[in-house]
Amino acid sequence: MNVILDVKNLTMDFGGVRALNRLDLDIRAGEIVALIGPNGAGKTTFFNCITGIYNPTGGDILVTPPQKKTVRVNGVKPHIVTRMGLARTFQNIRLFQNMTVLENIMIGRHCRTQSEILGALIRGPKTRAEEEHIVHYSYALLKKIGLERQVNEFAKNLPYGDQRRLEIARAMATDPFLLLLDEPAAGLNPQETTDLVDLIHKIRTEDKISILLIEHDMKLVMTLSDRIFVMDYGKKIAQGTPGEIRNNPVVIKAYLGEDSDA
Amino acid sequence: MTPLKHILRSIMISIWFMFLTFPLMVVYINPLNYTVTWRWKNMIMVGIGTFFASFFWRRFQNRTVGNNDKPSLGQKTLNHIYTSPEISRMLLGVLILFTLSFPFIFSTYQTNVFTTALMYVVLGLGLNIVVGLAGLLDLGYVAFYAVGAYSYALLNHHFGVGFWVALPLGALVAAFFGILLGIPVLRLRGDYLAIVTLGFGEIIRLILENWDKVFFGPSGISNISRPAFFGVELVEKSIPHAIKYMYYLVLLLVLFTIFFVNRLKNSRIGRAWIALREDEIACQAMGINKMRTKLTAFALGATWAGMVGVIFAAKTTFINPASFTFMESAIILSIVVLGGMGSIPGVILGAFFLVLLPEYFRTLGDYRMLAFGASMVIMMVFRPQGLISHIRTKYNFNAKEPLA
Amino acid sequence: MDNLQVELQYFLELFLGGLTKGSIYALIALGYTMVYGIIELINFAHGEIYMIGAFTALIIATVLNIMGVNHAALVLLLSAGGAVVYASAYGYTVEKIAYSPLRNAPRLSPLISAIGMSIFLQNYVLLAQTSNFLPFPKLIPEFEFLEPISHIMGSSEFTIICTTSVIMVLLTILIKFTKIGKAMRATAQDKSMALLLGINVNHVISFTFIIGSALAAVGGVLIGSQMGQINFYIGFIAGIKAFTAAVLGGIGSIPGAVLGGLVLGWTESFGTGYISSDYEDVFAFTLLVLILIFKPSGILGRNTSQKV
Ligand SMILES: Nc1ncnc2c1ncn2[C@@H]1O[C@H](COP(=O)(O)OP(=O)(O)O)[C@@H](O)[C@H]1O
Ligand SMILES: [Mg+2]
Repeated sequence: MNVILDVKNLTMDFGGVRALNRLDLDIRAGEIVALIGPNGAGKTTFFNCITGIYNPTGGDILVTPPQKKTVRVNGVKPHIVTRMGLARTFQNIRLFQNMTVLENIMIGRHCRTQSEILGALIRGPKTRAEEEHIVHYSYALLKKIGLERQVNEFAKNLPYGDQRRLEIARAMATDPFLLLLDEPAAGLNPQETTDLVDLIHKIRTEDKISILLIEHDMKLVMTLSDRIFVMDYGKKIAQGTPGEIRNNPVVIKAYLGEDSDA
Repeated sequence: MTPLKHILRSIMISIWFMFLTFPLMVVYINPLNYTVTWRWKNMIMVGIGTFFASFFWRRFQNRTVGNNDKPSLGQKTLNHIYTSPEISRMLLGVLILFTLSFPFIFSTYQTNVFTTALMYVVLGLGLNIVVGLAGLLDLGYVAFYAVGAYSYALLNHHFGVGFWVALPLGALVAAFFGILLGIPVLRLRGDYLAIVTLGFGEIIRLILENWDKVFFGPSGISNISRPAFFGVELVEKSIPHAIKYMYYLVLLLVLFTIFFVNRLKNSRIGRAWIALREDEIACQAMGINKMRTKLTAFALGATWAGMVGVIFAAKTTFINPASFTFMESAIILSIVVLGGMGSIPGVILGAFFLVLLPEYFRTLGDYRMLAFGASMVIMMVFRPQGLISHIRTKYNFNAKEPLA
Repeated sequence: MDNLQVELQYFLELFLGGLTKGSIYALIALGYTMVYGIIELINFAHGEIYMIGAFTALIIATVLNIMGVNHAALVLLLSAGGAVVYASAYGYTVEKIAYSPLRNAPRLSPLISAIGMSIFLQNYVLLAQTSNFLPFPKLIPEFEFLEPISHIMGSSEFTIICTTSVIMVLLTILIKFTKIGKAMRATAQDKSMALLLGINVNHVISFTFIIGSALAAVGGVLIGSQMGQINFYIGFIAGIKAFTAAVLGGIGSIPGAVLGGLVLGWTESFGTGYISSDYEDVFAFTLLVLILIFKPSGILGRNTSQKV
């Protein structure tokens, strides 16, 4: 299996705080990989570096889109990274609250469509076809996550669990080959968590999208992931299969040392 | 709170305001002959006024807290009008007939006033792209209006360039300025952007005022040609005709603008603007080029201001820097805010409200800016979505799934 | 030789003129910076508070004068004191009406509300008083002071510079060492943390507005007395300039506001002195646009990246 994301020696400093410390991580095509670690370990910062929201202080982020050459994406603008095929969700949901559910997904299609101002004014056949494609594609995605009844609802009016799923669908609309999920199960009830596991499986098998997820729910992490990376204080402290991680004394110590939710 | 407590609280507030307004509203000094007039009547009025105002303030505040999203009765009616094709078509027909026949029913003076209102509709809709849709607070919008007006005035003065050539030119020059300013400043955070655009607006005005050699200073430029009618110059004695002609011209621009903005709103670009307004980071993570999207909105807004600027110069045949102060930007902004950010009917209503009301109630004239300021605050506190909040398009997929 | 001396004298005059102006900008800029530090709002109405301070002082001084109170120190004390009290009261009320209900609103809402408040207050003064310039009484009397300095600066300039220096020191002490000062710093750092620590954030915000307004009022009295006339519009221009000063120094930073005020004062003074006096305001606005474009964090501001 070929490596699609290869991170080497990634370091990120905020003033005096070293949020990421020479971190190595790799993902191969078709994998579900989990990134775990206590709060403040630097997991979200890692996502932000990968997706271009922060410019890392040091190291390399190498991305290999399917059938394309490897590119180093350090400091590349977020929208370019998304166009290359990396899409993400946010730990604290960032939907477009005052847009409808459907429109949220339609925004995801933005980077795969073309029409500009003149097209909007004239609304020729090409623009109309494109618009139709956007609407139908988005609706199909909504059906996939089971939100088709709420098409015209404002995103802010959705229940929490639905908002999480909508954010995943919005990311999927950008046609990624790697999906980055930041604590997708946070705040979900057991039923919603089960649905989420199904959805993630479906995304991998049906859409052939690889997944990197940050999660605190150990049960979910253990059932879903092929491999797990464990971080603490910005450093990688362990990596391996769920079985290996479960019995790794270093990991157990990191988690026991932390008395908040792990 | 019990009613008694309410009353006590209101009394306290009214005493506080009587104290607050005492030096400015009660004492009046005449600096020439050094006399003081004591206007105790004002104090009583402030006392009574604030007593009742504080009642309403609390009442509305309690109402807005909690059920902010519930549409009001008016909003529901409007939604109904929107969604019912028969009613909206009929209303539209009446509206079009009325506007078309306006110059023949009403006097030249009225037509002129109405033309001004329509110009503000276009300005409002133009700024609405920038502020309402893209969420970029532009406090120097009037600068682009000035650029358009001076482009035409100067071209006409020096080279005798006609209105029809100047209209696209003025729009282009304004767009150019928009891009020129936009590239460096659109990187800034929202509130900084507001200040920089304000600074830019003031710089433009000060340059117009002080660089006499090029812009003729505070005395401005006069004798600007009115638009020619299919190549025929309209001579001086036919001013009523010229006014009618101007009216239809602006009306045409209004219709075109409504058409355009409406299409934009539901296009790929329009959605990107709204998304950008909602959450910049999420927007970028969705693959939207933030700078470019902002720049299009900014430049498009400037283009529209430039066009209206050319029309303004042609309509008044005289311009000077005094027409392009910050207050003008503030008025256009309050049209957008009051009407409802992002909402086309809202902005139209806002423009008519803010232009016609002071025009017809001359006594209100002095209180106009006071009311603008107050209404901006009140709107933000009680009804941030404006008079008519903007409605997102609904998509209907199939009949088996009825939409709520 | 003679020529050089004239040149030098001219330079010194410009330098001191800039210092005088700059210290007033700094006084007003402090209000912007403190409010921004705490609630991240550009308090657009701050310039109007300064203008109201100046008007209040003018009104009190004139009434006293007509009533026959001629004791210079007493007039100065009463009118400046009244200006401070009233400006603080206005600042407090403005915050309660226009900003505090919008604590959780989208970022643009309080800003628009602030612009509305600024327009409202300007026109309120215009309607309640007059649109004309009013002569401002000379509140700062002429007095004798150090021989070499008095050649190049008047007692009014001297007073302005001294007063602002003393105020800066007092403010620093207030913020560094008092309980409320510590609460202010804590709130500026992290509002939710401050809440957890039992700090009444609303009180802190009100207090910040009161202090900022009081400083602006002092600025208003000083400048009115120096310029000799005021009108309802002085707050707008002064407000933007003081804001420029705040941004120049690094918004949120108190020493930054002082530094920014001085730099702006000198820029204007030397710009008008050596380039052209027609463009006094253009220098300030250009400086504002340039800083925001090239160094939005200002001279002393910290570069912060938004947490995601
Ligand atoms: N923009 C930022 N500025 C300063 N410090 C930051 C920023 N973003 C994250 N940090 C710091 O980096 C560390 C890691 O944070 P984060 O990545 O959010 O952890 P996690 O997601 O693992 O809980 C924390 O100490 C946090 O305070
Ligand atoms: Mg995190």
